[in-house]
Amino acid sequence: MSRYIIRRLLQAIPLLFIISVILFVLMMNTGDPLATMGGRRATRPEDRERLARQLGLDQPIYKQYFYWLVGNDWTLIDMDGDGVPETPGIRKGILRGDFGNSLVSRGKPASEIIMERLPNTLMLMIPAEIIVIIVSLAVGIYSALRQYSLADNVITAASFIGYSMPIFFIALLSMYIFGVKFKSWGLPYLPTVGMFDPKVGKTPAQVIWHMILPIFAMTVITAAGYSRYVRSQMLEVMGEDYVRTARAKGLPQQLVIRGHVLKNAALPLVTIIGLDVPLLLAGAVVTETIFAWPGMGRLFIDHLSRSDTPVVMGILMLIAIAVVISQLVTDVLYAWLDPRIRYT
Amino acid sequence: MQATADSNILDIPEEIKAKVLTPRQLVWRRFLRHKMAVIGAITLILLILYSFGGVLFFTEEYANYTDTGIRLSPPSWEHPFGTDTVGRDILARTIYGGQISLMIGLLAVVVQVVVGVLIGAIAGYYGGTIDGLLMRFTEAMFNIPQLFLLLVMAKFFGSKINTVELFGREFSGSVIVIIVIIGVTSWMYLARIVRANFLSLKEREFVLAAHTTGSSNVSIIFQHILPNSIAPIVVSATLGVAGAIIAEAYISFLGLGVQPPTATWGNMLEGSYNYIETAPWLWIFPGLLIVLTVLSINFVGDGLRDALDPHAIVEAN
Amino acid sequence: MEQLLELQNLEVKFHTLDGVVHAVNGVSYYVNQGETLGIVGESGCGKSVSVLSVMRLIPDPPGKIAGGKILFHGENLLDLEERQMEKIRGSRIGMVFQDPMTSLNPVLTIGKQISEAMVLHQGDSKKVADQKAIELLSLVGIPNPEERYGDYPHQFSGGMRQRVMIAMALSCSPEILIADEPTTALDVTIQAQIIELTKKLRDQLGMAIIWITHDLAVVAELADRVVVMYAGYIVEQADVFRLYENPRHPYTLALLESLPRVDSNRDAERLATIPGFPPDGLNVPPGCPLAPRCGFAVERCLQENPQLHEIEKDHHIACWVDVSTGKEL
Repeated sequence: MSRYIIRRLLQAIPLLFIISVILFVLMMNTGDPLATMGGRRATRPEDRERLARQLGLDQPIYKQYFYWLVGNDWTLIDMDGDGVPETPGIRKGILRGDFGNSLVSRGKPASEIIMERLPNTLMLMIPAEIIVIIVSLAVGIYSALRQYSLADNVITAASFIGYSMPIFFIALLSMYIFGVKFKSWGLPYLPTVGMFDPKVGKTPAQVIWHMILPIFAMTVITAAGYSRYVRSQMLEVMGEDYVRTARAKGLPQQLVIRGHVLKNAALPLVTIIGLDVPLLLAGAVVTETIFAWPGMGRLFIDHLSRSDTPVVMGILMLIAIAVVISQLVTDVLYAWLDPRIRYT
Repeated sequence: MQATADSNILDIPEEIKAKVLTPRQLVWRRFLRHKMAVIGAITLILLILYSFGGVLFFTEEYANYTDTGIRLSPPSWEHPFGTDTVGRDILARTIYGGQISLMIGLLAVVVQVVVGVLIGAIAGYYGGTIDGLLMRFTEAMFNIPQLFLLLVMAKFFGSKINTVELFGREFSGSVIVIIVIIGVTSWMYLARIVRANFLSLKEREFVLAAHTTGSSNVSIIFQHILPNSIAPIVVSATLGVAGAIIAEAYISFLGLGVQPPTATWGNMLEGSYNYIETAPWLWIFPGLLIVLTVLSINFVGDGLRDALDPHAIVEAN
Repeated sequence: MEQLLELQNLEVKFHTLDGVVHAVNGVSYYVNQGETLGIVGESGCGKSVSVLSVMRLIPDPPGKIAGGKILFHGENLLDLEERQMEKIRGSRIGMVFQDPMTSLNPVLTIGKQISEAMVLHQGDSKKVADQKAIELLSLVGIPNPEERYGDYPHQFSGGMRQRVMIAMALSCSPEILIADEPTTALDVTIQAQIIELTKKLRDQLGMAIIWITHDLAVVAELADRVVVMYAGYIVEQADVFRLYENPRHPYTLALLESLPRVDSNRDAERLATIPGFPPDGLNVPPGCPLAPRCGFAVERCLQENPQLHEIEKDHHIACWVDVSTGKEL
């Protein structure tokens, strides 16, 4: 078991490196940082050259990647263009959290900007994930136990429609019904913009009230999809030979489900949860834009449309790391829970 | 004592012999059993007729014709779907937008299938280090959420290609870019399936037989093994169209996809949340069309999956 | 001796998408206390379905017990409530299934799976049940039972798993043990071990056994009486010695012919097989189901399905033809 954990860890590290290479290549081909950074001023050739050297763009590409990774404050770079390195660099490299300075927010470190907005996104993602797990387990199990019944058919149909919808549609629809229509019908309605009402201030109550619609939009689709998965897993397990053996021992249905079926059916759900993280992140981008929620997703869009490469890359790398780690955790968790893997 | 006496085995009367269907007929019959799949297929055909047949009723100029005087007007006889923020007729735009959205969906899947099958086949067939490398790469791509990759690539490559003229229509170059980038970011799942298929199939006798008769590797891959993996590829491709349409809608909705005046269902939704109280028709019509299309495709894909999989457990109602 | 279990005219149908399959057609057999009944037949002949019906474990849908009675100590099991049936399963009738790989729950220890029935039916405390389970494990020949008690199914070999299944089925000392092809999935040497084990347990515990197999050699070792089934019908029924000495149904003859024999001529031709295939359960032609494949078939066989009738004491066949003469009876 511990061998398995170590092996997974060792697999994760080269994976992260490959991802960083892919992102780096992407970064190199996108936009012209000189133009963006220079802004209105420096377009004179000498200025551009100086800027290029400052940003390390005059180096061969593998060196650029290397400096991007580990920074250059431990070495000298050539700032005055005479071919002789003499000035110590100032970058620390992404391994130490230095993604460069934002091209848009005037030299503020990208990591700082990202960290400001990250908690807001987590505030949406974590409750969303918990709700998804609870709802899909409940609905999936209920649906499977009442196979062929009206309730099952309705739930199956609703789930199918639910997970076929794009997130912006659910977001807009819920915004429309619970925000606009409820208001016009005189019912208590949910807010649709921002994290809190500026007139009331950033109180916990306000924030929670404002969280409801975005989280709803983020959970509906995934919960619909996973409840279908849980249901099919339940049905598959219930058809397995060992369930028939349990019945042949005279166990009543309740004990069969609780003692034999549930554990087998719920196990694969663990791996699914790990796959959910990238989906939630993508969902966050759209949801935050629609509901004007000040999170990392909206930050991404804003800074992307303004070609702020350091911030964009920082967010991308952060996301990739989050995804790799969540997959690692779920794999290990699954291995721990399944005796076939744990005791081999 | 002999069980088989010398009298011949009596002729088996015709009625007793079981009816034998060709595989294709079996698949078709199983597909038709799925009511929802059939409904989905019909709906899709109707949607295609709507988008492509609609040109008989509206010209593209009409769809792009702005008239700020009537901006944001609600549905009426003249403009059954209302008008948008610059006064364009939404009904006509959904027709032309539909063409683009559907086209992007289909063509992106072509790219996706080509890339996915190639990578999966090569990895699965040759195995060893090639497989290891390709799979590492696939896994790395898997770990970066598609939306983010799409957004970045759309932003920076979107303007690199100029307007293209095809079938008498002008397409902004961004359409081609988007087709390619969607295809290039969604092949991973298919590659995995194809690779798994190849890994198991390449050990089978018919491959061995092909080797011994001197077939080249390429022909073995394409003529022998690939035809046996058709089923999962078809299902994946069908569902992939839905995924591609949604992907395009996402990035256009966020403003980084196909640029106006060329309409797509996705970019018609851009900014619509700002007018949600005053002009809901901005998002309702294109949104519903997207949902309808995706739902239909999912139904059809589901039906295909059951029809093509001989081991599927079909619930008897 | 009281008849412990008796099936009377059992009929079981399966409603599939392609039509109705008649899996069991008017089958009647019985088992006495302490007796071992062997049920033999090809795959799909209805032997498994008939015993699953005894346990009322036929999946519904698509299966349905359409007629007949199953009398256990004279009481019709088909009339019982599910809750009453649950009290019988695992405690008074135990069952062992064919595939030990899939018949054990992979995420529970075998100890738990064995003691489960005892806790449920006998009200034993966990400690008592655990202790009994360890004794059972040693009874079925699992070495180091105290240690292996906490292991998971995947940590055992196929033969060991089947022993665990047997321990599980016998945990509450049932009156009948039903074994549905328990050795088919195991290799021949292990098969022999399991059969020896069964004999030993039978001597010790004295339960009745219904043993289903397609292998005539196994039946000869274990059974007191044999029932031969084909296409959902019983075609021959007799005491085991009678059956092997004097088989009277064409199908039984063919089955015996197809057995490889140690004393056969070394230069003999290929093993005799029965030409053709069993009938498609959906399209049942009139007449005897074996007729299209039977070398003894006469005109009447194609038109009328023969009923089971006694041809000598305790020896029944369902056939129109006398296999010793080839003429109609």
